[in-house]
Amino acid sequence: MQKITNISELKEIARKIRVDVIKMTNAAGSGHPGGALSSADIFSVLYFNIMNHKPDDPKWEDRDIFILSKGHSCPALYSALARSGYFPVEELMTLRKLGSRLQGHPDMLALPGLEASTGSLGQGLSIAIGAALAIKLDKKTSRVYCLMGDGEMDEGQIWEAAMSAAHYRLDNLCGIVDRNRLQIDGFTKDVMNTDPLEKKWESFGWHVITVDGHDVPALIKAFEEAKEVKGKPTVIIADTIKGKGVSFMENVAIWHGQAPSDEETKKALNDLGEESSHG
Amino acid sequence: MFFKSEEEIFKKKPEKRLEIKKEEIKPIEDVIEPVEINLELQRRFEESKYNPTLDKDLFTNPKKAKTRDGFGEALVKLGEINEDIVALSADLAHSVRAMWFAEKFPERFFQVGIAEANMTGIAAGLARMGKIPFMSTFGVFATGRNWDQVRMSIAYPNMNVKICASHTGIFSVGADGASHQSIEDISLMRVLPNMTVIVPCDKIETRKATFAAAKIKGPVYLRFGREDMPVITTEETPFNVGKAEIFRDGEDVSIIACGPMVYEALLASKKLEDEGIDGRVINNHTVKPIDTETIIKAARETGAIVTAEEHQVIGGIGSAVGEVLGQNYPVPIKMVGVQDRFGESGDPKDLQKAYGLTNEDIIKAVYAVIKMK
Repeated sequence: MQKITNISELKEIARKIRVDVIKMTNAAGSGHPGGALSSADIFSVLYFNIMNHKPDDPKWEDRDIFILSKGHSCPALYSALARSGYFPVEELMTLRKLGSRLQGHPDMLALPGLEASTGSLGQGLSIAIGAALAIKLDKKTSRVYCLMGDGEMDEGQIWEAAMSAAHYRLDNLCGIVDRNRLQIDGFTKDVMNTDPLEKKWESFGWHVITVDGHDVPALIKAFEEAKEVKGKPTVIIADTIKGKGVSFMENVAIWHGQAPSDEETKKALNDLGEESSHG
Repeated sequence: MFFKSEEEIFKKKPEKRLEIKKEEIKPIEDVIEPVEINLELQRRFEESKYNPTLDKDLFTNPKKAKTRDGFGEALVKLGEINEDIVALSADLAHSVRAMWFAEKFPERFFQVGIAEANMTGIAAGLARMGKIPFMSTFGVFATGRNWDQVRMSIAYPNMNVKICASHTGIFSVGADGASHQSIEDISLMRVLPNMTVIVPCDKIETRKATFAAAKIKGPVYLRFGREDMPVITTEETPFNVGKAEIFRDGEDVSIIACGPMVYEALLASKKLEDEGIDGRVINNHTVKPIDTETIIKAARETGAIVTAEEHQVIGGIGSAVGEVLGQNYPVPIKMVGVQDRFGESGDPKDLQKAYGLTNEDIIKAVYAVIKMK
């Protein structure tokens, strides 16, 4: 699809994704707004600038592959897919409803554009490695992106996968860690300290880039740098704020997995510069 | 790019090429050279009740072979036929025989190390991109260590991954003890939607099952073993996924078995024959989807069922057959298998006796179930 290079446009898409996340979780009455809001800028940059994909041909064989390992952040992914043109934006409001293609966690058989079914944490990076290996076998140049949470770094499978991706020298693989430093039970440093995260990934043989995950130009630069790295995979550690953009949600663990009430939704949309209820 | 070596495989039948479609893998009948049926042999068997396609020396001097060898041979053949076949191993490629594929197709073989969860996810990713991954390791690690990964990354999205397990069961693992004796795996895989579960009875059937697994679009659990086991079937023995085969006909009782217990069931039926009991032996190699028709027919015609498996009776084929009977045609059933306990180290023969998995145990169960009729 046509790449958007204008930074304000990409920022506006990220804002719309955040608005969608609030409206969707409010309509569903449940869901995970916190980590979806922290990753909105990453989704905007990936789906509208970085990745080669065709929303009207979701199975295009030369497409870049995106895998959401932190499946609970799917409201942001669904919004990015809908706003890229994979399905109607109105359908976003069916999130978590019986019969909806927008399952509480991604179901790749249900919705076009989803490359994996996720929700049980720690598994996406392994799937991404399989996809990257297949692309190498087929001598193609497409790339694989995998978004993980920093809480997800607790899972042992992540490190099994990290070791093997470097072993296979998968330079067509780019991991992204949405480091918002919160998980359901509290701060990651208290629940299970993942620091020093950069050193861990480096020692596993990855090229590591740390970036402000809300800085759109910096994100683009990081993804472009990753494309140039040869012989090893790259991980972009994106420092973010959980609940970003909504004043009362920022850095508050409870908003990991709680939907805003109608009143809270109004306030949140106001914070996001969304005056009316129609976005 | 598909079927790269097809000329080699089908050089005697070039007209077959026209039938090959991109979406299809050739049926196993075309891959394995059919053996001419020995008519004299067939006539001799017709006088008895045994399936004429079984090995003629079944009871006197059975040939023995490793079921895992059947897997290894088939995987190499599949690799020749279809470029999308890939294999993965978690540091057990030699033991499981995936190494034969690795030696021939190193670029399509992925050594993952001792990391079964990661192997499962990588297999799912390869399948997502159109490959046909055969991941293999020991039964306990192929199904238990990574059960959530199989459920989430393979079964739920219906990924075309073949989970191939050797060293399954209790006596075919033997001395390694309980940690390595895979006796819950059928249960663990059978419960997952989309999963096909196949437990072949000997080396030849394992080879056929491996080809059949490649043809199925979706996840398959293929269970085989380590030890030398009697080769019961021949190339001519029918093998169709989802279709149980009657290996001996009979009217008094039906013994429904899978894996190495099929041979024990045949031995039991032979001994029962001398005692005037006419036992039907059914090779129920496909545990899921189970052949309800053949099971209900057996219940209707023989009125009593014994199941036999090298697995816990809870959740295995005893349970699977019991589910079919209870809901369709209830008749008395006895289950031969491991009775809700863990195994231990020992010589395979001693373990088989200690855990009640011999033909004598099947005979006891037959007498018990006939009393209940």
